Amino acid sequence: MYLDANIPEGPLEEKWINYRSKMNLVAPNNKRRINIIVVGSGLAGASAAATLGELGYNVKCFTFHDSARRAHSIAAQGGINAAKNYQNDGDSVYRLFYDTIKGGDYRSREANVYRLAEVSTEIIDQCVAQGVPFAREYGGLLANRSFGGVQVSRTFYARGQTGQQLLLGAYQALARQTSLGTVQMYPRHEMLDLVVIDGKARGIIARNLLTGALERHAAHCVVMATGGYGNVYYLSTNAMGCNVTAAWRAVKRGALMANPCYVQIHPTCIPVSGDYQSKLTLMSESLRNDGRVWVPKKKEDVEAIRNGQLKPTQLSEEDRDYFLERRYPAFGNLVPRDVASRASKAMCDEGHGVNISGLAVYLDFADAIKRYGQSEAGSRGISSPDEDTIMRLGEGVIEKRYGNLFEMYEKITGEDPYKTPMKIYPAIHYTMGGLWVDYNLETNIPGLFALGECNFSDHGANRLGASALMQGLADGYFIIPYTIGQFLSGEIRTPAIDPDLSEFKEAERDTRTRLERLMNVNGSQSVESFHRRLGLTMWDFCGMSRSAEGLTNAKEVVRSLRDEFWNDVYVPGKSDQFNPELEKAARVADFMELGEMMIEDAKHREESCGGHFREEYQTGEGEALRNDDDFAYVAAWQWLDGKDSILHKEALHFDNVELKTRSYK
Amino acid sequence: MSLTGLFLILFLIVHLTINFTVVFNDDGMLFGELVHMMESSPLIKVISYVLYLSILLHIIQAYLLYLQNRKAKGQKYKISTRANATFASKNMTLLGSLILIFLIIHLLDFFYGLKISHTLPEEALYDEVIHVYKKPGYVVLYTVSMIFLALHLSQGFQSAFQTLGLNHRKYTPIIKFLGLVYSIIIPLGFAIIPVYVYFFK
Amino acid sequence: MHMKLTLKIWRQEDKDSKGKFESYEVKINEHMSFLEMLDVLNQELIELKKDPVAFEHDCREGICGACGLVINGRPHGPLQGTTTCQLHMRHFKDGQTVWIEPYRAKAFPVIKDLVVDRSSFDRIVQAGGFISVGTGQAPDGNTIPIESDVVEKSMDAAACIGCGSCVAACPNGAAMLFTAAKVSHLGLLPQGKIEHHGRVATMVRQMDKEGFGNCSNIYACEAECPKEISVDTIAYLNRSYFGSTFMSDLSP
Repeated sequence: MYLDANIPEGPLEEKWINYRSKMNLVAPNNKRRINIIVVGSGLAGASAAATLGELGYNVKCFTFHDSARRAHSIAAQGGINAAKNYQNDGDSVYRLFYDTIKGGDYRSREANVYRLAEVSTEIIDQCVAQGVPFAREYGGLLANRSFGGVQVSRTFYARGQTGQQLLLGAYQALARQTSLGTVQMYPRHEMLDLVVIDGKARGIIARNLLTGALERHAAHCVVMATGGYGNVYYLSTNAMGCNVTAAWRAVKRGALMANPCYVQIHPTCIPVSGDYQSKLTLMSESLRNDGRVWVPKKKEDVEAIRNGQLKPTQLSEEDRDYFLERRYPAFGNLVPRDVASRASKAMCDEGHGVNISGLAVYLDFADAIKRYGQSEAGSRGISSPDEDTIMRLGEGVIEKRYGNLFEMYEKITGEDPYKTPMKIYPAIHYTMGGLWVDYNLETNIPGLFALGECNFSDHGANRLGASALMQGLADGYFIIPYTIGQFLSGEIRTPAIDPDLSEFKEAERDTRTRLERLMNVNGSQSVESFHRRLGLTMWDFCGMSRSAEGLTNAKEVVRSLRDEFWNDVYVPGKSDQFNPELEKAARVADFMELGEMMIEDAKHREESCGGHFREEYQTGEGEALRNDDDFAYVAAWQWLDGKDSILHKEALHFDNVELKTRSYK
Repeated sequence: MSLTGLFLILFLIVHLTINFTVVFNDDGMLFGELVHMMESSPLIKVISYVLYLSILLHIIQAYLLYLQNRKAKGQKYKISTRANATFASKNMTLLGSLILIFLIIHLLDFFYGLKISHTLPEEALYDEVIHVYKKPGYVVLYTVSMIFLALHLSQGFQSAFQTLGLNHRKYTPIIKFLGLVYSIIIPLGFAIIPVYVYFFK
Repeated sequence: MHMKLTLKIWRQEDKDSKGKFESYEVKINEHMSFLEMLDVLNQELIELKKDPVAFEHDCREGICGACGLVINGRPHGPLQGTTTCQLHMRHFKDGQTVWIEPYRAKAFPVIKDLVVDRSSFDRIVQAGGFISVGTGQAPDGNTIPIESDVVEKSMDAAACIGCGSCVAACPNGAAMLFTAAKVSHLGLLPQGKIEHHGRVATMVRQMDKEGFGNCSNIYACEAECPKEISVDTIAYLNRSYFGSTFMSDLSP
């Protein structure tokens, strides 16, 4: 299959402007007659549904949550990037574009990323107007902070709750359209199939989660904004409900999945404390500004710490290995996410991990507390302060910076991070891969669009901090409202699609059969237990570091686990009622298939880039080794039931940036 | 609720000021003069009608809200610990009802004879007060009722300001403090009168 | 450390059926979160082919607002400023009996067991909890400077996660803190001032229509709010409501 990305001609900085000006439009009187289905109500979905409603289309918006405000975009902490250059520090659209391309390890599309950087400034304006309480300077103007991997200050934030505030902005815009009647909300509805008629996406089958009833919803096109698939690993920083089902149903109907193996692993999460653990909690990247990462040098110290005979604070400096500072003297504790994660894993693999499971490293603030305490004492004019005073003052400074994070850490672990170093470990955080889309954000199925984390388009093999919120809102507010016209302008003569067409009935029947099959297995193991096993396999073999041998093995494991699932899963209750276990079962069934495709993708990509690290492809010092000659392409996979997936390639062209090796030494 | 409540709060100050003259050792001279002034002033007459209306509105609204809120509450909790909520705040209707019972007895004692049946002439009021307050049962009833009033006021005073939206970082703590002082002093003042009369007159 | 608890959990088949408390014994670890403790219970129930306890949850990091149980009489349990998902079992004692109930309010009907319907909150927001600005209409973000103290105050209110614990805590089943938080978030900012009076009127009207009770300043809501939103927001709402009723000559 030839994948045409439909990238407009012309110089990079004029592509979007020119394209937008010449795009096909749908006249207002026709918009009223056109129906659009939006699946998902997070940043991308809510912003798209609200904007399309404002434009005059008839929009139906679906979410499996009880309210649009619960989507997991709400949990994003740090901020949102925009090339405003308010700080006068040399930022520009080009620089944001360049940072994003480089951060993504040169595996994303130039034209898409440039457009993202271009519209980033409009997002901030829009959100401010909606009432998002972004942090301000004393003079009343917008404040910025800096984030990992860049040299300018371009991140806008609302305390540690930027995602929440942006989502509430979009949610309120959506509420406004709902009250005006342009958008109809379908909360507690889960998309369980895509309906394709004559090759075009024309509707969905949704399950009313309260009653269990299957509903047929028809429209002229379908927009998916259903988030990422990090929960394939069971343990991740994703919400419990995050799933791939809607996207995977599209894949089963012929949509292509691009770069599924690109997964972001965040280095600073609270480690797993036991086998009952249900999810992992992220501690903001900003902690690495002041925290030093270390493990004990000697194995006997590790042993003593694990047994509780030794406290980390008792260990002398020479018995500690500050491994990030040792390995990457230039960047130290501030190396990018993927590099830091891999280094921590390597130390734990060598047996230096510090908690009972052996999977944790220390993030220590003692030095920072001391340093800040001394300078604070100095600035207060306290001469020769004693140890206690220094610690007290230093803790005050740290509290001002990270108070809420320290509090959260203590709530979860019961340990006081002011007195003893934090324990951290990497965890699955974001998925760069997703449905393949062209420049219009349209998948290979005409009339099916994918936005936000659900698509693959902008982050390449690694996403920079504070860019996920930017992409979700860019897609929803400023890109899809235009590009959807390219498709819909050809549909103005298409009457409303009839949900009683045979394709709808067939899709509904398929869905019903699938659900009944799940109910009827009546085996002996819970959905949860299968999910945990799948997650563990994925984490061990398709997680932070991958090898051909491990992946080959994992593929077999996942396949047999899938067979076991369909033969021995037990789902309580009935399908025609409120049944959270059935919802989970249907999602895990889809993860089982996605997992295989991810493994396939990871295996075929014989290079290391961004979040994808293949053990066979590393430098002598253990750094990632990219292969631009053979792998500078998007790997888009086509699923075939019962067979191996088929690979389609979209070559990536870099006309505006030079491909370089990232070095942080 | 808040407006009528605040008006009643003002009324209580006037009421206590007059009543307190009962304890003076002048055989009710000053008390008698004040009562006469109140009875003859047309302005007070108008205000007194506003007062009756306020009391009535305060009561009717209270019960209407009580019914609405009970409906909104839904099923009861098996275990119910309303953190941070004072006894008074949760039981304003109950306290108000107890005060209402007291009010009815109180009105029958003095107000009815004075204003409605005219069996109690204005000049005899002082003696009647002394007479009533010599009965131990009455003293207990008055004192206990004043505890209810204190509790009711302790919540009602600052609550009225909150409902009217009159809050301020600087002044709200002052209002809360004044409310506390008021809700102690006023009922205490009222309670002292029968106790004093019982023991010392 | 391992601990044993007796759970008394409200079980209710659906909206219309009559519920009752069921008793369960669980053996757990003190490092578990409260919801992980329920996961353990549900795993055991599923293995016995019994109906697991339905409870709402999603992000499990205290921000989505989906979770919310009344634990020993307190919405979100005994810990101040903490959602149910962030509450860990080390705050309970070995051998303790824990009563778990759904939020109780007429406007929050039970769907199943511990899951309630909070869509009334969405309708309150739809009634006016927004600023009417279409995509693309916005001027530059720095056009209107806003005092940082004002933004901080607005943010304090905007931190509301819409969990409904204020309603659950209120003996009157009132949604004042929720509504007041939204009114304060938007009304304090210059962008939100334009529609302020109309917004207050329509949101309060919708709140009453949904069957929530009235505020009698008990302040249990403030104590149970996991985001510690102040009842000062309610005073602000009241002040604005008087303003929109008596001062404004525009009829919303």
